Amino acid sequence: MFGTAIIVFREILEAAIIIGIVSAATRGVPGRTRWLVAGLLAGLVGSGIVAASTDVIASFASGVGQELFNASVLGIAVLMLAWHNVWMASHGAELAKKARMLATNISEGRSECSILMVVVGLAVLREGSETVLFLYGIAASEGGGARAMLFGGLVGALAGVAVGYTIYAGLLRIPMRWFFAATGALVLLLAAGMASTAAHFLIQADLIPALASPLWDTSSALPENGIAGVLLHSLIGYDARPAGMQVVFYVAVLFAISLGMKLAGKPRKTIQIKGAI
Amino acid sequence: MKNISLILLLAPLLSSVASYAAEADFKLVIKDHRFQPAELNVPAGKKIKMSIENKDATPEEFESHSLNREKVISGNGTATIYVGPLEPGRYDFYGEFNKDTAQGVIVVK
Repeated sequence: MFGTAIIVFREILEAAIIIGIVSAATRGVPGRTRWLVAGLLAGLVGSGIVAASTDVIASFASGVGQELFNASVLGIAVLMLAWHNVWMASHGAELAKKARMLATNISEGRSECSILMVVVGLAVLREGSETVLFLYGIAASEGGGARAMLFGGLVGALAGVAVGYTIYAGLLRIPMRWFFAATGALVLLLAAGMASTAAHFLIQADLIPALASPLWDTSSALPENGIAGVLLHSLIGYDARPAGMQVVFYVAVLFAISLGMKLAGKPRKTIQIKGAI
Repeated sequence: MKNISLILLLAPLLSSVASYAAEADFKLVIKDHRFQPAELNVPAGKKIKMSIENKDATPEEFESHSLNREKVISGNGTATIYVGPLEPGRYDFYGEFNKDTAQGVIVVK
């Protein structure tokens, strides 16, 4: 039972951390909760569908369909998070100033919320489908231990959700002055980490070269399956033995989004000046 | 954004570089939540293509921290995983869904 709890906890944790950060990052956006729940439900339904079609997905692209699927899901999430940060770079100040106004730019808020929904949905989809498969395996295997193990799964899931919520609640305590800078930085690292993981899947599928594998090995100092390693992997994409190409993806996304945020932050000034005239 | 699309454009170009080393094929079977063979000998410095056939009805997840690989293999399904080129040494792997029994090691010589 304990083993089951840990496995489910690890699968859920990554999704929970992503949801915790993204929820905090979209603080003050109107209608946010509804979209969040919609994303969560869509992700859960999707997990079931993906788990049920593992065979079909796996047989795509001569046996590497699973990697392609995971890389695509991650790629879309990276684009969404990039868009979120760029959007926030031009609207974050407004949100911070008048946390309650918002009725005025609901249409913009809506596009931001649909991004939130997609990111949450994809996070749940990817991690959830593996959990579903795992629990299905337990339920399908005979023996009296199945019920205890499913209970363990539930405990693990709740623990994962608790960590996600703790991150969310902790982020909300950051003073407003630094709040959007902090969540923006977290989303940025989250996106870079996802890009690195996407590269990892593409390397595993032999679609892109590894360049150097591994580029470094810190598995003895900070193992990826330890608590700190797992947390850092989810938060900033830590990899104890990354391939060179993963680092290339990581840095490229980090750089591209930062650039986008910088550019998006600038034009507002000119608009404000025009408005003043 | 521009950089991302640039990378996406470059990816297929770069992938042609990947085929520099001829790959070697190896086969693993999962049965009764165990890997067969539990010890797989492969050559060093070569890209390895592993086909893993799951003869159990329940899904399994092939996982290896030392190889930095993880992949779900559905019940009665087959999956392909590429690793390497590898340095000589021992690389352990396991089935995450049945960790008690599903253990194995790749020996690179």
